[in-house]
Amino acid sequence: MSENLRITNNKFIDQTTRISFKFDGKTLYGFKGDTLASALLANNIHLVGRSFKYHRPRGIMACGTEEPNAIVQVGKDSSMTEPNTRATEIELYEGLEASSQNCWPSVNFDIGAVNNFFSPLIPAAFYYKTFMWPANFWKLYEYFIRKSAGLGKSPTEPDKDIYDNRYLHCDVLVVGGGVSGIMAAKIAAKNNLNTLLIDDKNTLGGTTLFQQNECFKINNSYSNEWIKNEIKTLYSLKNLTIKTRTSLAAYHNYNYLLARENLTDHLDLKERKNKIRQRLWKIRAKKVIIATGAMERPLVFNNNDRPGIILSSSIKKYIDYYGVKCGQKISLFTNNDSAYETAISLNNSGVVVNSVVDIRDKTNSLIVEQAEKLGIKIHWKSTVVNTNGYKKINSIEIMKLSDDGTSVVEKKIKEECDCLGISGGWTPRVHLFTQSGGKLKYREEDNVFLPEKSELDQISIGSCNGDFELNEVIKNSVYSTNKFLNVNNKDYENLEVTSSKEIDKKNIWLLPSDKPFKKTKSFLDFQNDSTANDVKLALREGFKSIEHVKRYTTTGMATDQGKLSNMHALGIVAETAGVKMGELGTTTFRPPYTPLTFGAIVGRNVGEFFDITRNTPIHEWHVEKKAEFENVGQWKRAWYYPINNENMHEAVQRESKAARDSAGILDASTLGKIDIQGTDASEFLNRVYTNAWSKLEIGKCRYGLMLNEDGMVYDDGVTTRLSENHYLMTTTTGGAANVLSKLEDYLQTEWPELDVYLTSVTDHYGTVSICGPNSKKILSKIIPDLDLSDKEFPHMSFKNAFINDIKCRVMRISFTGEHSYEINIQSSYAKSVWEKCFAAGKEFNITPYGTETMHLLRAEKGFIIAGQDTDGTMTPIDLQMDWIISKKKYDFIGKRSLYRSDTVREDRKQLVGLLTDDPNEILEEGAQIVSETNKQPIEMLGHVTSSYFSPNLNKSIALAVVKNGKKLKGQKMFVPMKNKTINVTITDTVFLDKENKRLNA
Amino acid sequence: MFLINCPYCGERDQSEFTAGGEAHIVRPKQPTELSDDQWAEFLFMRKNIKGVQFERWNHAHGCRKWFNIVRDTSNDKIHAIYKMGDKPPIK
Ligand SMILES: [Zn+2]
Repeated sequence: MSENLRITNNKFIDQTTRISFKFDGKTLYGFKGDTLASALLANNIHLVGRSFKYHRPRGIMACGTEEPNAIVQVGKDSSMTEPNTRATEIELYEGLEASSQNCWPSVNFDIGAVNNFFSPLIPAAFYYKTFMWPANFWKLYEYFIRKSAGLGKSPTEPDKDIYDNRYLHCDVLVVGGGVSGIMAAKIAAKNNLNTLLIDDKNTLGGTTLFQQNECFKINNSYSNEWIKNEIKTLYSLKNLTIKTRTSLAAYHNYNYLLARENLTDHLDLKERKNKIRQRLWKIRAKKVIIATGAMERPLVFNNNDRPGIILSSSIKKYIDYYGVKCGQKISLFTNNDSAYETAISLNNSGVVVNSVVDIRDKTNSLIVEQAEKLGIKIHWKSTVVNTNGYKKINSIEIMKLSDDGTSVVEKKIKEECDCLGISGGWTPRVHLFTQSGGKLKYREEDNVFLPEKSELDQISIGSCNGDFELNEVIKNSVYSTNKFLNVNNKDYENLEVTSSKEIDKKNIWLLPSDKPFKKTKSFLDFQNDSTANDVKLALREGFKSIEHVKRYTTTGMATDQGKLSNMHALGIVAETAGVKMGELGTTTFRPPYTPLTFGAIVGRNVGEFFDITRNTPIHEWHVEKKAEFENVGQWKRAWYYPINNENMHEAVQRESKAARDSAGILDASTLGKIDIQGTDASEFLNRVYTNAWSKLEIGKCRYGLMLNEDGMVYDDGVTTRLSENHYLMTTTTGGAANVLSKLEDYLQTEWPELDVYLTSVTDHYGTVSICGPNSKKILSKIIPDLDLSDKEFPHMSFKNAFINDIKCRVMRISFTGEHSYEINIQSSYAKSVWEKCFAAGKEFNITPYGTETMHLLRAEKGFIIAGQDTDGTMTPIDLQMDWIISKKKYDFIGKRSLYRSDTVREDRKQLVGLLTDDPNEILEEGAQIVSETNKQPIEMLGHVTSSYFSPNLNKSIALAVVKNGKKLKGQKMFVPMKNKTINVTITDTVFLDKENKRLNA
Repeated sequence: MFLINCPYCGERDQSEFTAGGEAHIVRPKQPTELSDDQWAEFLFMRKNIKGVQFERWNHAHGCRKWFNIVRDTSNDKIHAIYKMGDKPPIK
């Protein structure tokens, strides 16, 4: 470690606790309290990456969230590695391993730097222009570009860290713990308002925390002393919650905000175990006070991107807070007073300040006078025209500015330096304000956008509201907070504040050089590597809107969202286009303010908590029998039950055959069940189903088809009349929730006069379905006293019964075409009833079957599955189910649509059966159907919706929708596949037992 | 994410609710007597206003009641909430 870059009298860094870390594989040392950036600088490491496009060497440039260059990959573990983190925000911990991200193969030897020599060939939109055409070339380039463009590596394994989400409600949220935020939080909390103060740093106090300068005093003590006491008071207030290391990510409407709290990233690796890494706070605040401060702007001049060129205020923080000298011989370049604070701090810490280059005419503010008193040399009305040094700056070239500031005059002075501090003035952090929908106004005198109008209950105070001088910050923040909270706090009434007032302001967006403009490289966006030249080119090529210029040049589109570059881009566009800044508008700042981890967003909703899993009451039995499961909505349904290493096809063939030959048993508990009661229940069903219900006898079941108002099939199922005013409706598994919602909607909004009550009872009952020629014998073993004769208990009827004194409902209904029963019983008994049926069926080789076999069996009978054979464009007539539409009913949902001009078209797609010429050829579901193969283009007439090999028919069968299909029965069609064309014939949809004899077998 | 003051439950987070499109579109009492055009008007035509819009909302993860909201779609400000069947309190 280069000891000479540390000062020893620093209060914020614990220089007794040495920390070792690795950067680009090299072991280095820092101290407790350092950031990765400050520790690197203390080790005299500036070069941390390469620029995106030209691969120019880039160094640390800032000290916080706005850092554009020091983007590093942290951690080596393939589950924990994190790309795109800013070295300026990583608190140093024992064992930290980080590496430069935007360089390959290494930061010092960089293949992409070749781009720099060719840079005249790489203008704005180079990537678009070169690689968009021919498309094939892109594949070739992509590999190298992606690799050398250094977008970081994603973790390849699941994240092992724990993340959390929590809700928080407060009266007042204060964002930012600098002078303004601290005062606002104190005023709020002292007036009994439940207050939350957050700050993204590890301590409150902002830049005032290390402001020890004669020019900035409060009540006769240095402002840092004063704020230390204020912070102490804050921690004793009882209505106040303070969260540091917490950054506000998004500010949504209705004062709904997301903040990410970092809980363990600063701890040593071994201290992090079992702790929550990050918590996302979902905050509802009655009132929001934004006190996010301002950030320093760079200056745009020739070669302004060399390592060692750092924002002036960051150099000040590095020396005053971290005790790190960014160089031994530092020059400063500014257009405002704040660089003089840096000069004084450096001077006081024994760093040589070569000079301050100031573009303004000589000015006499308090701080400038103090700098002069210390003997600091100032080049008035001058600019830096060039910098030298490849991997680190080693000198600057200074010239006088012409009176109008557009060119340079007189002799060039060369000044040697190892660091250059730059200050282009201040940009209020209005990002959150604009995210929340606030409108900005432009203040011309110092070129800033300020909050103007917001619809929400919020204010901005301090420098994010355009107050840059300490006395104004204090006076206005206190006044605004009191007014906003409607209180009258007097804590700050008689403060005596000394602060230097900036007298002269001057701004030049693009500083001139002695070289012709086209030969200069003045960078705007350091991360995305766009220059003033690029922006001007975009304007020449006809782009006018700032949003278009931004996208074309990619200015402001990197991970820092152009925090440093936006103002200059706007300024140059306005200047070149000859419009006023205020009229140009700004680009939109979108959440998140700083990148957010996916972990923080999803919180605990990972793994088995990702989504709700619904299991039937019989689930354990299926698991024991090693069933394979299928997801149907949130349900886990038994798909098939393989035995002896059967594959799916073999298992399904066996199950399907057994169900028709003897007996099968299916868990049908997932079907949606809606209990319908009320004196108007029959009338209600008349209105929601296409067929008539009034005359359905008590104890009978009926199949119903439900349409949307547009006439398209929505859902289907069997409904049973349990008593005069009591029905049990079943829906498809996936449609249950939507059907209930739809029915409730009609009841509440269209037909409130109907006396009907709906209750979802899907989870209340388990359903065991037994089918096949032996199902009757099995049921009679279980419920011996129930008369199962066709006369007493015919198909489509229901009986109440008891199994071991437990009441159950038995329906004789069938989705397979076999003689079958469904037993509905309270969920808690369902598994034992299932086991009873299974035991009773043993002598008949009862075979459990899953959803796949169920689908095959119903396809043999041509029964549709709503959602598989229908897709929201099929009417009942399209399905050849005209029989289910009541001719007598005056109205039902969707009726009028069934004779709209479009729905009565004869050539609509209609449901048909398909048989392949080769009975062993199984069609692919979704395959297209055509009528000829020679003509091109071929008209797609329809597609296959269901397809199986039927073991009971010993041939392949399919259902399909085909244009005008009803009339095409017997016609040959073709199903073109990748390597062959399959010949098929259109048939009836019912393949097996057309006479329905098996229902009563 | 806005807050909705359910007329039955009180103020709740938007995530508890589902939107149900434009309000005050009454299902015709005699659909069979309507021409294709008239039926299409009911079936398909919906306003999509930038500004103040009358909408149906349902407290799906709460009381499951439907009600009406007057909302400015440009800033999500809710101007009025009233029960199904009630007259809009503002025009
Ligand atoms: Zn409610």
